Amino acid sequence: MKAFFGFKDGSGDWFVIIDTDRCSGCGKCAEACPSNVLQVGEDEYDPFNEEPVASVREEERKKIRYSCAPCQPGYGETPTPCITACEPGAISHSEGWKLMYGRQ
Amino acid sequence: MIVGGIDVGGKNVHVVIMKDGEMLAKGDSPTGIQKAEAAERLYDEVLEQASLKRADVERVVATGSASKRAAFAQGMIPDAAADARGVIRLISSARTIIDVGAEEGRAIKASPEGKVLDFAINEKCAAGTGTFVEAMARALEISVEDMARISLESTRSIPMNAQCAVFGESEVVSLIHAKTEKRDIARAVHDAIAGRIASVARIVGLEKDVVVIGGMARNVGFVESLRKEIGMDVVVPDDPDFVGALGAAAAATAGVLEEEVEAKVVEKEKYEEGKA
Amino acid sequence: MAEEAKKEEYWRWPEGGWVNPDGDWKKGKTITAGVDVGSVSSQAVVAVDGELYAFSNTRTGSDSPDSAWKCMNMALEGSDLTVDNIDYCIGTGYGRVNVPMAQRTITEIACHARGANFMYGPEVRTVMDMGGQDCKAINCDDRGKVLNFMMNDKCAAGTGRGMEVFADLIRVPVWEIGPRSFQIEAEPEMISSTCVVFAKTEVVGLLEEGVLENDIMAAYCAAMAHRIMELLNRLGVQEKFVITGGIAKNEGVVKRLEEELGIKTAERVWYKPEYRSYPFDTQIAGGLGAALFAEAMLSRGKVKSVRKA
Repeated sequence: MKAFFGFKDGSGDWFVIIDTDRCSGCGKCAEACPSNVLQVGEDEYDPFNEEPVASVREEERKKIRYSCAPCQPGYGETPTPCITACEPGAISHSEGWKLMYGRQ
Repeated sequence: MIVGGIDVGGKNVHVVIMKDGEMLAKGDSPTGIQKAEAAERLYDEVLEQASLKRADVERVVATGSASKRAAFAQGMIPDAAADARGVIRLISSARTIIDVGAEEGRAIKASPEGKVLDFAINEKCAAGTGTFVEAMARALEISVEDMARISLESTRSIPMNAQCAVFGESEVVSLIHAKTEKRDIARAVHDAIAGRIASVARIVGLEKDVVVIGGMARNVGFVESLRKEIGMDVVVPDDPDFVGALGAAAAATAGVLEEEVEAKVVEKEKYEEGKA
Repeated sequence: MAEEAKKEEYWRWPEGGWVNPDGDWKKGKTITAGVDVGSVSSQAVVAVDGELYAFSNTRTGSDSPDSAWKCMNMALEGSDLTVDNIDYCIGTGYGRVNVPMAQRTITEIACHARGANFMYGPEVRTVMDMGGQDCKAINCDDRGKVLNFMMNDKCAAGTGRGMEVFADLIRVPVWEIGPRSFQIEAEPEMISSTCVVFAKTEVVGLLEEGVLENDIMAAYCAAMAHRIMELLNRLGVQEKFVITGGIAKNEGVVKRLEEELGIKTAERVWYKPEYRSYPFDTQIAGGLGAALFAEAMLSRGKVKSVRKA
């Protein structure tokens, strides 16, 4: 399952996308995130999944644009800490940050 | 040399007329629906104030989101460029400029010469603009000025959940129903918007001196919340909403009729294309 | 007048309950329930051995527990079944943590997919729920399991609230907007602002310019359809495509969306032939999904019955 956490508004698409089929539930992303955006717990979207998965904390979902901005998702010189920490490659960001703030 | 600067914004038009670097006259009026007419009318009014005719003015440069509507201007420069030029004229130590208007919020990193080094904007969503504050003041049934004033008296910090101005209004109404003090709600509104603007400013980096301009710079409640949010002092020039027009006039003085703001402007166009 | 019209809109769909006339809960093995407390409406659904037995649809009040009780009582009106006879109850929706008779909660995303799968059939691949204060897009498989999802509750654009604000501004009742948006000579350019607040300014401008009201309604419906399409494209939309929630009732938006996507929305009829005489209410998808989850969890031994009587 690809879970899109975040929002789309007049200024762009601001989503953290977690592929729960890849996520191992290891929790390294949550430790790496400087803004404390991520968490690991029960799969809220598949009640029959017994394995823990990463998700974006509920209170962050409406302000993800601002919370994620310091890490320069999609346009920084290095990938964001969460992406670096995620061995199975389950995390990605939508283009909002790159299109709004990125340089070529 | 007599020059003019006009800033046609989403909500207000500002005009300044300058002679050899000195301000001769200035004025503002609501943009309204007929933006071109509003710009023409205000320009003529300000000229009359200075007992001048259009022919006396050597150059006029326009800026602002509706700068194209000022058909009488010989040149146009981007908002960020006008802001940087205007601020540096007033406060030469400015390095970070935060401009929050009715429909846009932006942060600019400026060079000591008034060049734009970097900028980031918050646009097309009212959540990070003066419009958000106006909507919340309406929900509180007080003026924006009163809301600014009472928020300074607040002793309690409460979070605002809603980001969207539409949902924010309902949240304010439920806070009122829950008997929350108006001053605490006012502060929550200013804290919320300051948080968003600060995030945008952090993208360009916060460096001293931080100068706040635009209509929202007149809002003492917002400025105080911003100060707390970034943990730095901020400077508000006199007439902070005239800075864009002043910058445009400065460009006219320097003979700059067109200015490119690199990096982000290009990206913004690409963004528009990407969306289409 | 506009105020009255706006208030009236909330009551456009009738509050009420329905009990399956052919059902006999006493013959059933498991009785499960789902209660979906949304921001605007609440529904309770009761299933007997995984088949629809009763449901209700009510307006959410200011208090979630009260709203949950209100809709549960309404669903059980006309039946001698009581809450004590229910084996397991699951709460869902925006107010799910405040459903007193529920033993656990499941997100409305999972419940909507499951419910839509049951209502429209296993061919459903994309469910778009346009709520009063949020919108959700879900891709699901033939068992109603969520494959991808997106939920947006940050921005009012593309929600029922966005349409209400517009209706209030132009002083036209919400239910007239859809039909009137087609009483035009040619499709106008859509409203360019996504943000509801900025769109309001744009609409005021059009009104002052003397643009006809019906054209403005068309322009607004088109903008909303376009916005929904953008959201859907982010996730990918596939047939069978189902649209639920309040906006589903606005043909001005739905028809324009279908045109933009080039995909028709599924017909609103029960998938199971034996259900065809039952009332079809798109709003019960979440509550129904919750009741079905409760049944599945009981039968798999994942949870235990709490039945008292």
